Amino acid sequence: MALADAGRGARPSISWFNNPTYRSLAIQAVVLAVIAAFILWIVNNTVTNLANLHIASGFGFLKDRAGFNVATFLPFTADDSYGAALWAGLVDTLIVSALGIVIATVAGLLVGIGRLSQNWLIRQLSTIYVETFRNIPPLLVLFFWYFGVLAVLPNPRDAIAFPLEVSLSNRGLIMPMPLFGGGFGWTVAAFVAGIVIAFVVSRWARARQMRTGQQFPTFWVGLGVIVVLTAGAFLISGAPLSFDVPVKTRFNLNGGMSVSPEFLSLLFALGLYTASFIAEIVRAGILAVSHGQTEAARALGLRAGPTLRLVVLPQAIRVIVPPLTSEYLNLIKNSSLAVAIGYADLVSVGGSVLNQTGQSIEVVGIWMVVYLGISLVTSLGMNIYNARTALIER
Amino acid sequence: MSDIQSQTDLFFVRQELAPTLPPPRTASGPIGWLRKNLFATPSNSVLSILGILFVIWALPPLLRWAIFDAQWTGATRDVCVANGAGACWAFVRANFGQFIFGRYTDPERWRVLLFFVLMAAGLVPLAIPSVPHKGLNALYVILIFPIIGAILLVGGVFGLPEVETSLWGGLMLTIVVAYVGMVVSLPLGVILALGRRSKMPGVRIVCVSFIEIARGVPLITVLFMASVMLPLFLPPGVTFDKLLRALIGVALFASAYMAEVIRGGLQAVPKGQYEGAQAVGLSYWQMMRLVVLPQAIKIVIPGIVNTFIGLFKDTSLVYIIGLFELLGTVRNSFANPQWATPETPATGLFFTALVFWVFCFGMSQYSQYTERRLNTGHKR
Repeated sequence: MALADAGRGARPSISWFNNPTYRSLAIQAVVLAVIAAFILWIVNNTVTNLANLHIASGFGFLKDRAGFNVATFLPFTADDSYGAALWAGLVDTLIVSALGIVIATVAGLLVGIGRLSQNWLIRQLSTIYVETFRNIPPLLVLFFWYFGVLAVLPNPRDAIAFPLEVSLSNRGLIMPMPLFGGGFGWTVAAFVAGIVIAFVVSRWARARQMRTGQQFPTFWVGLGVIVVLTAGAFLISGAPLSFDVPVKTRFNLNGGMSVSPEFLSLLFALGLYTASFIAEIVRAGILAVSHGQTEAARALGLRAGPTLRLVVLPQAIRVIVPPLTSEYLNLIKNSSLAVAIGYADLVSVGGSVLNQTGQSIEVVGIWMVVYLGISLVTSLGMNIYNARTALIER
Repeated sequence: MSDIQSQTDLFFVRQELAPTLPPPRTASGPIGWLRKNLFATPSNSVLSILGILFVIWALPPLLRWAIFDAQWTGATRDVCVANGAGACWAFVRANFGQFIFGRYTDPERWRVLLFFVLMAAGLVPLAIPSVPHKGLNALYVILIFPIIGAILLVGGVFGLPEVETSLWGGLMLTIVVAYVGMVVSLPLGVILALGRRSKMPGVRIVCVSFIEIARGVPLITVLFMASVMLPLFLPPGVTFDKLLRALIGVALFASAYMAEVIRGGLQAVPKGQYEGAQAVGLSYWQMMRLVVLPQAIKIVIPGIVNTFIGLFKDTSLVYIIGLFELLGTVRNSFANPQWATPETPATGLFFTALVFWVFCFGMSQYSQYTERRLNTGHKR
């Protein structure tokens, strides 16, 4: 009787030791306490060590004179501050990453489609490309471009000449520098206006096609508007553009503008290495679109080109975008390899600052915050794009 | 009757089958193959011709450089400076010992070789699915071999002379860094993945922050942190070996990536498995150890191997904090005046690429093999 009462009545009494709620609270308390103690121990040690080394912590050093010179895209001299140096490094990181992403995406898309081509030779060449670059370290690709290719190019005097006064030598790519005269702003304004008009036309054309089914040569009209407007404004404002052409002297080429071999090596290494991964993502994305879609498109009378462009790729994009985002992030993080060849990116400049000031915690902190920030912004942008292309169900 | 007979004589009835005609020449044989695979459509033909032109442009110079014009033997750079000389393989030959062992003291190099043999003895049976005693094998790979290996390589006990870690280098250092990264990242990754999926917010937040921070920054910054900040974190007077600092950085970095791979596996195990395990009264750790993890890890073996490939390639970055693994050793030997020629860098890098490629390609083939093996019956 008592037993039955116990079963029906209040919850069976269990020892507090076995109560899941208390247990989880206790475990969390222990974990957090251990981590807090660990961090406290580290902070304590660090403070003692810094005091022994006579290093003042804090970000005051960012205002001090840098005293070292690096070639960056932003003008930077030794008289500028450490903060300016890090800023210039960040800009260099962003420039090389952005251009690298463009190269990697275009090359990856081509190679990825090439791996599925009906053409045997193209398929084999694409496979060789992917399997080669995927299986060697990016640093090796970088060294290959820097030491194996660009360093053994001829001197500027015997540079390999390309059309339009562009030449390639062991000093990098040297080309004429455009000099913009007054009034060039009109040309830029006309170019922007052309793009806006082309955009408006394309929206109108799409709406009309949805309504009436009539097609409109959007691409050619848009291109025509942009070219005519820009060229017209350029000519009317008196062609305010001249070029500073590099001149060959005894040992060197003077004038013009040059792109450093460090930048070129890093750009090609990042672009071609990442392209091999993007190619595999593109291939997987295309294969993920069911074959029935292709067959249905062909049955409707679409040719191979429009089938790929209008039916397969829009569906493949949905599969491609998430892994593509992480490849972009990898490329941005790999741009820190610049430190190995002396391209002045954030890590490379930060390393110099760190060596001069000894402010290792602050510099590493800046690195982490900046890279985490870049990662966050990139994922945010790609997530917005992904949400726009994702399949909308009900 | 005979009437009919005489009538039928006028007809011809074929007694045997007609001989099979060969298929049209344009649809079979080499010509058919060419038409189908290279010249199916006009645009395809254009692509093929461009491809053939590319091969003709690229392949003969490459072969000439790497094989026909290459210098295979020689004691100094003189053999490689001749005009039009190809790859300087003599350079790789002369420095081969250094590329494999770094500056590891010469009479002690047998220890490195024994280390390689013991490592292969653990890894090869583990990789072959039909070999029994996987549990004992894993124990050897994760616990016993690292201890034996450390004693063997560092020395200082059992009459083995000590070899300082600053002398380690070349392929041997690459493999040591990669192996330590793999062996530490797997258990740590499992713990982090479990923590990330835990119902306890305190544990979850700690694990998520660690994973996301480690994955959000480049390995180089982690290595810089390990090499310049770790000494600051320790009590004054305690110093750490440089190699050990790099190993800690690489292992923690790899663990974060491993955790995400294993989380994928944990999420792929059906919920019924968790509920079934709880219903038979298993505790959390029993459930994970006996029911969930064996299934989860089996699903993500390809992903784990891919992480290992990434880790193996990333070992080359320890060069930046001043440890000379294979790529760093080769890079440093460019400056050796005895061998400095225009072809030396390209040759050395070609050799390094070949070594990395063999390891990584082998691992990726293994990953594809497991994927096929685990994928039976799910293909369309």
